Amino acid sequence: MKTTKKIDPSKRAERVSWMLVTPLACVLGFFLLLPILTIVTVSFWNFNEWSFFPDFILDNYAYHLTSAVTWATYLKTLKFMVLTWCFCAVIGFTVAYFLAFHVRSLPVQIALFLVCTIPFWTSNIIRMISWIPFLGRNGIANSSLIGLGVIDEPLEWLLYSDFAVVLAFVHLYALFMVVPIFNTMMRIDKSLIEAARDAGASGLQILTNVIIPLAKPGIMIGSIFVVTLVMGDFITVRHMSGGQSASVGRIISNEIALLQYPAAAASSVVLLCTVLLMIGVMMRFVDIRKEL
Amino acid sequence: MTKKLDTKGISRRSILKGSAAAAGAAIGSGAVTGFPTIWAQNIKDVTLRQFGTGVSNINEVAAKVREDLGFTLEMTALDSDSVTQRAATQPKSFDIADIEYWICKKVWGAGNLQAMDTSKIKNYDKIVGTFKSGKLTPESVIAQGTAPHTVGFTSGPDGTDFVQEESGWMTLIPTIYNADTLGIRPDLIGRPIDTWAELLNPEFKGKASILDISSIGIMDMAMVVEAMGEYTYPDKGNMTKEEIDKTLGIFTEAKKNGQFRAFWKSFDESVNLMASGEVVIQSMWSPAITAVRAKGIPCVYQPLKEGYRSWGGGLGLSKNLSGLELDAAYEYINWYLDGWVGGFLMRQGYYSAVPETSKNFMTEDEWGFWFEGKPAEGEIKNPFGDVMEKAGAVRDGGSFYDRMGSVACWNAVMDENRYMVRKWNEFIAA
Repeated sequence: MKTTKKIDPSKRAERVSWMLVTPLACVLGFFLLLPILTIVTVSFWNFNEWSFFPDFILDNYAYHLTSAVTWATYLKTLKFMVLTWCFCAVIGFTVAYFLAFHVRSLPVQIALFLVCTIPFWTSNIIRMISWIPFLGRNGIANSSLIGLGVIDEPLEWLLYSDFAVVLAFVHLYALFMVVPIFNTMMRIDKSLIEAARDAGASGLQILTNVIIPLAKPGIMIGSIFVVTLVMGDFITVRHMSGGQSASVGRIISNEIALLQYPAAAASSVVLLCTVLLMIGVMMRFVDIRKEL
Repeated sequence: MTKKLDTKGISRRSILKGSAAAAGAAIGSGAVTGFPTIWAQNIKDVTLRQFGTGVSNINEVAAKVREDLGFTLEMTALDSDSVTQRAATQPKSFDIADIEYWICKKVWGAGNLQAMDTSKIKNYDKIVGTFKSGKLTPESVIAQGTAPHTVGFTSGPDGTDFVQEESGWMTLIPTIYNADTLGIRPDLIGRPIDTWAELLNPEFKGKASILDISSIGIMDMAMVVEAMGEYTYPDKGNMTKEEIDKTLGIFTEAKKNGQFRAFWKSFDESVNLMASGEVVIQSMWSPAITAVRAKGIPCVYQPLKEGYRSWGGGLGLSKNLSGLELDAAYEYINWYLDGWVGGFLMRQGYYSAVPETSKNFMTEDEWGFWFEGKPAEGEIKNPFGDVMEKAGAVRDGGSFYDRMGSVACWNAVMDENRYMVRKWNEFIAA
């Protein structure tokens, strides 16, 4: 007769959970923690024109943090971030509200939601670049405005300006706001709104006292997407500002291009900390875990 | 400097290369007799890996090498930053580096390249003086900046230094070069332009552009500052910190006043800025001018009274090459200077280091147009068969000696390079 070795069920459960957690831990370890550790290590190394080598210097950080360019660039990047966030939040909330509360049938909701994703069928570089001929001095926007007699001279600030950068950002990232807000709004129990109405609340009161508080986790998740994407961007800023505006991402890509890997690593670490700090603050406002 | 050509277009053309290559082979076969044949059999197994900027990394050249020399040449085209990176940090990843002289100044010290014995270079004596003594003709004045001859020679086979005389050991074998100036849209400007100072003329407010590659851009800036009469540099190619501050200060002020529409980094960006009319005057490269004209839009590579900013590239050998592969590399370099490649490149508007051998591979009319600055008698086509100029056209700037004879400075790496790069980044962020 075969005897199977009896394992204590609680021990067995523990082993299974270790095994279940291993693949994810390995993936995160290799593809997230290890690279970040490497970047942190390299950020203390020294470099010359053509190579970089192990050392322990703080110059990379010292230069990065004391340079006026860095501060001006962070200020600029934050400005882009705040503007983009405001527009994305307003547009995202409005679209999601319309989809969730005005459209009554589920198939129509799904169909309209899919319509929102159509621009995302092409790469974001193409979506960004296609603004350039549209906004240019002799572009469609200017020629139609002149044709309509609204303006006499082409508007120079449409392209290669902060306006163009923010416009492209909003276009690229608004959907990241729509999706999570729509998701949380769909979970709001309609009877809560009816109850509010029965209790005599006006439309605005329902919006501010019922819908916005309940949609907060969605707004927050969308905000995290928008904030991290804008803070790390280098390509949109370069193309839409015609190379005239700096962003933190561009500082890093410039340093890489000039073989200054340790300097680039230090800049990346500072950016990472800044973004983590910002997300930490945002998490203070909403406990996403609890609310989901 | 990056001269990013449309690589997609080239590979597409390379499928269609058949006829052109066959025609070239008929002419070329005469030139490749008399090569040593001892290793003729096993040389077929040799593969040389070359990387460089898009200018001369052309598939047609690799195909012709296969045909004439029998071995395989693999080519990788990168932008100039990546080229510098690879030459400096990954010596095992290439056999031949096709780099610019200012990149050579940056990376030679890393010791990843080996010096070349000029006695093995058949056409060494015919290489133009610019690359040997620095003088195109005996009367020429040596231009400022990283002039090729200043970084063209090293002290010996293992030298990591540069020497100023023809030592017999070359760092790079010069292959291709040109004289750059400002590109303008004559139809939108409507008056003659003859000085670099026009780049900052308030008349072109919001319609000017400059390239965002610091080593090249700073030289264009220096040409402008001198032309404006703001300052005369003892050596534009090696500025002091104060000179860098002054130069970038003038341009930062212009930037804040809205002088620039955009800064460009890649070849096609410069073409689009000019073709769309966003910009009417900007620093530009010769093939970009051709690309704008090919769209039927008037664009002139305007010769300016202060002279040209020039650049040059060459082939360097990896330290890791030895034996048969090294022999193959020397054969390749000799073949390169033998004329076929030179003709191929000169028909795109560049110059060959040994122009006289290229003449055999160009028609009388082509030679007259590209090299001698004579009016074209018939249509001038590029090596891919596209019509570049119609009969009667004259090359902007005229003949080889007119253009290369009035070079004011070369693309450069300065002693204060790191400081300059930082200041450049401040300028971009300003």
